[in-house]
Amino acid sequence: MQTSIGKRQGIIKILLKELIMDNLESGLNNDSEKCTEILEKIKASNNDLNRKERLSIPLQKMPEQQPEIRARNFNEVTLGYSPEKAVLESARCISCPGKPCVQACPVGIDIPAFLTAAAAGDFKKGISIIKKDNLLPAVCGRVCPQEIQCQSKCTVGKILGDVDESVSIGRIERFLADWERENCPEVPDVKENTGHKVAVVGSGPASLVVAADVRREGHDVTVFEALHKTGGVMTYGIPEFRLPKEIVFNEIDILKKMGVEFVTNFFVGRTRQLLDLLNEDGYDAVFIGEGAGLPRFMNIPGENLVGVFSANEYLTRVNLMRAFEQNRADTPIISNGIAVVVGGGNVAMDAARTALRMGADEVHVVYRRSEDEMPARKEEIHHAKEEGVIFHYLQNVIRCIGDENECLTELECVCYELGEPDSSGRPRPVEKEGSNFTMKAGVMIVAIGNHSNPILARSTPGLKCSDRGNILVDENMKTSLDRVYAAGDTVSGSATVILAMGDGRKAAASINRLFENS
Amino acid sequence: MCRIVKKQKISEGIFRLDIKSPLIASERAPGQFVIISVDDHYGERIPLTIADADAEKGTVSIIFQAVGKTTCMLAKMNPGDKLACMLGPLGNPTHIENFGHTVCVGGGIGIAPLYPIIQALKKAGNTLTVILGARTSELLILKDEIEAIADKLIICTDDGSEGRKALVTEPLKEVCESDHPDMCVAIGPPVMMKFCADATKPYDVPIIVSLNSIMIDGTGMCGGCRVTVGDETKFVCVDGPEFDGHKVDFKNLIARLNSFKRQEYHSSLECRLQSVKDKG
Repeated sequence: MQTSIGKRQGIIKILLKELIMDNLESGLNNDSEKCTEILEKIKASNNDLNRKERLSIPLQKMPEQQPEIRARNFNEVTLGYSPEKAVLESARCISCPGKPCVQACPVGIDIPAFLTAAAAGDFKKGISIIKKDNLLPAVCGRVCPQEIQCQSKCTVGKILGDVDESVSIGRIERFLADWERENCPEVPDVKENTGHKVAVVGSGPASLVVAADVRREGHDVTVFEALHKTGGVMTYGIPEFRLPKEIVFNEIDILKKMGVEFVTNFFVGRTRQLLDLLNEDGYDAVFIGEGAGLPRFMNIPGENLVGVFSANEYLTRVNLMRAFEQNRADTPIISNGIAVVVGGGNVAMDAARTALRMGADEVHVVYRRSEDEMPARKEEIHHAKEEGVIFHYLQNVIRCIGDENECLTELECVCYELGEPDSSGRPRPVEKEGSNFTMKAGVMIVAIGNHSNPILARSTPGLKCSDRGNILVDENMKTSLDRVYAAGDTVSGSATVILAMGDGRKAAASINRLFENS
Repeated sequence: MCRIVKKQKISEGIFRLDIKSPLIASERAPGQFVIISVDDHYGERIPLTIADADAEKGTVSIIFQAVGKTTCMLAKMNPGDKLACMLGPLGNPTHIENFGHTVCVGGGIGIAPLYPIIQALKKAGNTLTVILGARTSELLILKDEIEAIADKLIICTDDGSEGRKALVTEPLKEVCESDHPDMCVAIGPPVMMKFCADATKPYDVPIIVSLNSIMIDGTGMCGGCRVTVGDETKFVCVDGPEFDGHKVDFKNLIARLNSFKRQEYHSSLECRLQSVKDKG
């Protein structure tokens, strides 16, 4: 009874590591002999292989926790490459001349260069190449949708006729970042103090990138976070089993060492007005990276019954408030019974897999289009299925039904078929008449996206927003107000960590330019 | 920051804490609330309405009843102790204007958030009838402070230990009948607010109620605080905490407040057992 879940998970972690090490010693993959041979050759020749040799290296699989074990714990699902696997996988890159992967990377990392360094065993050089363009490689290596970005254009994948055979760029990125953190953590250089002060609103991916880039130029940076912990969606949203919080907090510690100041429990727009920061508190510029923080609901009858959550709430209870440590955390959650998640994106997958780990008897995902249209990463869908999440395509919930205590008991659903493409280019789901049916559910998690949070815009005269409430910016990420910039989900609606970072870098460059001539 | 500077036991299980937070103290307006947590890692976040603030001293006052895990722990804290977190001021300030004759109804611990609203309404020129209700006279808070402002004060207790032995709705109906007031503001337990809404309806007296719901972040991010108002879903933290009492679905509100009753019962029970042990 006294053993905490954390402690037990720690023991599982050690056991798993040992298993993998055994696996490594006894061979790298099924093709272990071949791999050992190639590894020797790479070392002996200092990574001088010909194209044919490179294409013959088998794809290095990512070690993972077994589905039946991981579906009941919060430890990271994927366990990371060993140095040997990282070298072998990097050596699969043929350094093709066009560098299509670089063009497909939202922040333009020199991918072939870091792969070449990694294949030669120079991990330090590899990570320093990544860090020129990506300040959160340990995060991006884990959560970037590489299969629709860099890896989708990889020539190796094209030659082998399967995008899944592309060089595993993301896995190598993650390996290098983890290797650096464990072996030689570095704090980037900061230029001499300029006396300029910048306020950053929010502490998610866009904000962290802006804080780092602006601080490096010697400007003072204060990050204001409304929650009690930093990291934004990386802390409250993305679950521990996909992105361990230790990694997020480590990145933030590096920023602190660079001299970035973090103020938590400070809600710009309520605790202090944005314009007061500029006009009274001495900040010379403000960056808004507050994310898209207002969950969308379906507007169906019964949606406010007990047991219906937004994905934000469900995930926040578990991740930020640590409800997964049920004996220690004060924040409660409904964890047993049947859970139904509505939506088909990464957040829906996170919610479904979290519900499973919290002890739900069954977890169902209801999505109104077919699997091909699902916006979630292929890997996440695959992992969810392996773990036992049950998928229902071309269906949707139209009514929540409760008992006399207003607690959810059932969902009324309808079936769809795919029609003509809609404005998003995807086939429009059309309701099949008379296809209504009900399914049992004690928990429903709505994961259909977010609206922009209106509070900051409402309290900031002159800050222009789109009809949908997203902050409007020009090509330099400048808002309608002078000295105020914005990027990330608060501008785009909802996107990925890497896209938020890409736009954040643009905003940071604009802020740094603002001070160049003053 | 967030250091407790003063603690006062108001009555059995009811405490007032003055907490240092200069920014919240200067920014806050009547009707707004804060989110508090007593443990940064495992603590829950709970909303509490600001009862008073002193911008010069930079302090915010909260009045609470020790009923759940966090309020029990809060009750054990002393001057010099620090809260893990206090975020605010949250929610929209009360819309204050001179309505004419305004009836303010406060029940139990709800009298605390009502007090700054009474002050502001008086300042705006309203004629105020204030009805205060409590289970028993010992649990009646801020009586003297409110008596000094109200044009007319009616006290009700369930056991008749002070004022009338009646529910607050009884004098409320009488006032509606005799004076037909221009506005009513009611803050208290959800059931009380529901019956106040029912009581004013036949007389067409508009009523504003201030809702206290389950919340995590208090910034709009989680949607846990949503309530049904008319045909619409509203977020207490973004759109509230005050709503048209005639439109609020109180049945749903009360059910949602009890979402985690079973879990909460266990955790506050543990807390109380611990405090028994501490005393022993």
